[in-house]
Amino acid sequence: MSTTDLGMPAVRGGARDGSRDTGLPTHSVAGQGNLRGTTSFPRAAHEKLADTQLRRNLGKATGIIRGKRAGVVAELDDWEELRLAGSALKADVMARLPELLEQLEENVTARGGHVHWARDAAEANAVVAELVRATGSDEVVKVKSMATQETGLNEALAEQGITAWETDLAELIVQLGHDAPSHILVPAIHRNRSEIREIFLREMPGVDPALSDDPRELAMAARAHLRRKFLTAKVAVSGANFAVADTGTLCVVESEGNGRMCLTLPGTLITLMGVEKLVPTFSDLEVFLQLLPRSSTGERMNPYTSTWTGVTPGDGPQEFHLVLLDNGRSAVLADEDGRAALHCIRCSACLNVCPVYERVGGHAYGSVYPGPIGAVLSPMLTGISGPDDPNASLPYASSLCGACFDACPVRIDIPNLLVQQRAASVESHPRPTAQDLALRAAALVMSSPGRFAAAEKGLALGRLLAGREGRISSLPWPLSHWTDSRDVPAPPAETARQWWARTGGHDEQDGERS
Amino acid sequence: MSGAREEVLARLRAARDAGAPRGGVPPVPRGYHRSGSLAPGSAQVLDLLVERVEDYRARVLRAGSDDEVAGAVARCLDEAGSRRVVVPADLAPGWRPRTGEREVVEEHPGSPLAVAELDDLDAVVTGSTVAIALTGTIVLAGGGPGQGRRALTLVPDHHVCVVRAADVVETVPEALARLDPSVPLTFVSGPSATSDIELDRVEGVHGPRRLDVVVLR
Repeated sequence: MSTTDLGMPAVRGGARDGSRDTGLPTHSVAGQGNLRGTTSFPRAAHEKLADTQLRRNLGKATGIIRGKRAGVVAELDDWEELRLAGSALKADVMARLPELLEQLEENVTARGGHVHWARDAAEANAVVAELVRATGSDEVVKVKSMATQETGLNEALAEQGITAWETDLAELIVQLGHDAPSHILVPAIHRNRSEIREIFLREMPGVDPALSDDPRELAMAARAHLRRKFLTAKVAVSGANFAVADTGTLCVVESEGNGRMCLTLPGTLITLMGVEKLVPTFSDLEVFLQLLPRSSTGERMNPYTSTWTGVTPGDGPQEFHLVLLDNGRSAVLADEDGRAALHCIRCSACLNVCPVYERVGGHAYGSVYPGPIGAVLSPMLTGISGPDDPNASLPYASSLCGACFDACPVRIDIPNLLVQQRAASVESHPRPTAQDLALRAAALVMSSPGRFAAAEKGLALGRLLAGREGRISSLPWPLSHWTDSRDVPAPPAETARQWWARTGGHDEQDGERS
Repeated sequence: MSGAREEVLARLRAARDAGAPRGGVPPVPRGYHRSGSLAPGSAQVLDLLVERVEDYRARVLRAGSDDEVAGAVARCLDEAGSRRVVVPADLAPGWRPRTGEREVVEEHPGSPLAVAELDDLDAVVTGSTVAIALTGTIVLAGGGPGQGRRALTLVPDHHVCVVRAADVVETVPEALARLDPSVPLTFVSGPSATSDIELDRVEGVHGPRRLDVVVLR
């Protein structure tokens, strides 16, 4: 990890034993949770690109959501002002994060809630498991939550003999399919209706064998499957979209009512939340409750938003625990530009507009945070351990087209962060790579007119390779890396320097060049 | 766990300073609309609310008096075939569905119904605290007048909700300014829905599958 000349403390790699507290910004701990895949992005993407069904599913779904989002965003003539306010509010939160967290803790506690802190994924999972065990229950119902996906909570609970029931329809599809989420908002976006029907028929006990692939019928099958669970569950686990520092209020935004069920009916509620999900005051929600639904599902407002403050006698869970998670966020906060990645409100608009995401889907990114924001956030949370770290390849999962910045409701400059992470990825290389060597060779050639002229002679060979089609479709290694998936156009018949030497800058047809 | 608290806060303090923007943090620009152009409770704001709620495929009926509310509520219940109905004990007497063919159960704050009992009921009738015309949203405040606790408007499959004209504002900021964050709030925009299968919207999942709104002016 690089240090700067600002005298800032070094960012620590996650401690192996988790016990060496240094009080310094710290990356997530390697080997915990789901922030890192096992394959590099190019290799994973290569596999996914061959899956034509996946590309059809993703192309259709992202196309629909892009259209809906554009429609509802265009309705608001103050959309840009809302984005500016959202961005500035989050910048303010980052500048005061420790103080605001202490204020949140104080307010939650004053209203009868309990606040817990977790350094990393394993600690968060252990805290939640212990809280569940203390209730005597061996199962929990879950509201869709990125934080618990990040920490791998379900697997950790299973090791303790606790069953976690995902209740969001898409999370249920992923869980029943023994699959991994591939999108922040719609984790099963890679599945189409007939695949979902097959999963339900195979995995849902007591399902009607005559179940069709009509989305309404599939949703009703999920309702029937989960109804009994909702009405009898003793413990619920949720994430949070927002937490309000000045009131201690938590906020969950959802569509199906599974969130309301989990937040209302069980006696104990445990909420796991990344430390960055704060807003300073209750009235600041007026910005985010406009930005999030329009960016996320393309609706003017999502069907249900729930807020609660601590415990309310006679209404909802009488035991409330809030777990605040670092897991690498302090390392991101320590980077002046990079901390903007913590502004993310997990709307997934950047995924839906990304030409790379649309073609390869979320699994290729390895981390639970896919798409443009995932490509910067994941390596920033984990740090990049070296050239073989799968997350080192994520910042290259982009053409830097800029669509993600335009779509981001809190104006995160994702293309700029991607470039910065590319630099971090290069710095992590202890030995020169093939690309470094190629660029060094290019520098050698281009810094001498004689060497450059000699190299130009090689262009004639290129025209020979291209043949009459004018395309080169196969080059020897290491250039084959490029031509494996793309053609190279044939070099022109003469170079710019040869043309200049021949014509003196006067084109024979156009007369004087301007 | 106190070790974790001190360690996380120490990390975040160091990070806050290390990554502090050189130019400081600019003040939050509030150039967005903090109030609408339509007056709360005006005919125009009601029209907008009705249009936006209907857009979610919820049913909207209008009433000019408490008496008409009772009639509208009865019509909603009859059309859905909802026979066993629960109301919070403090629901305005004029808004209650007239009994007869129906059984009306009152829930008192001191003696809540069991979840299984709520599940046996067909419908719930409540009031509301605020409505947002621009987004077609109705806000229920837990324990607010005629609104009951949260489970009451969640478990029965059919929710009939009465909105008073004076509670209808145009924008989200106007609504939040009227709300008390210390009580549990539920923002309802149409019946429950999912778009999780191919982004195809299906109304009616775990929350009430049918939402009827009676607007009282």
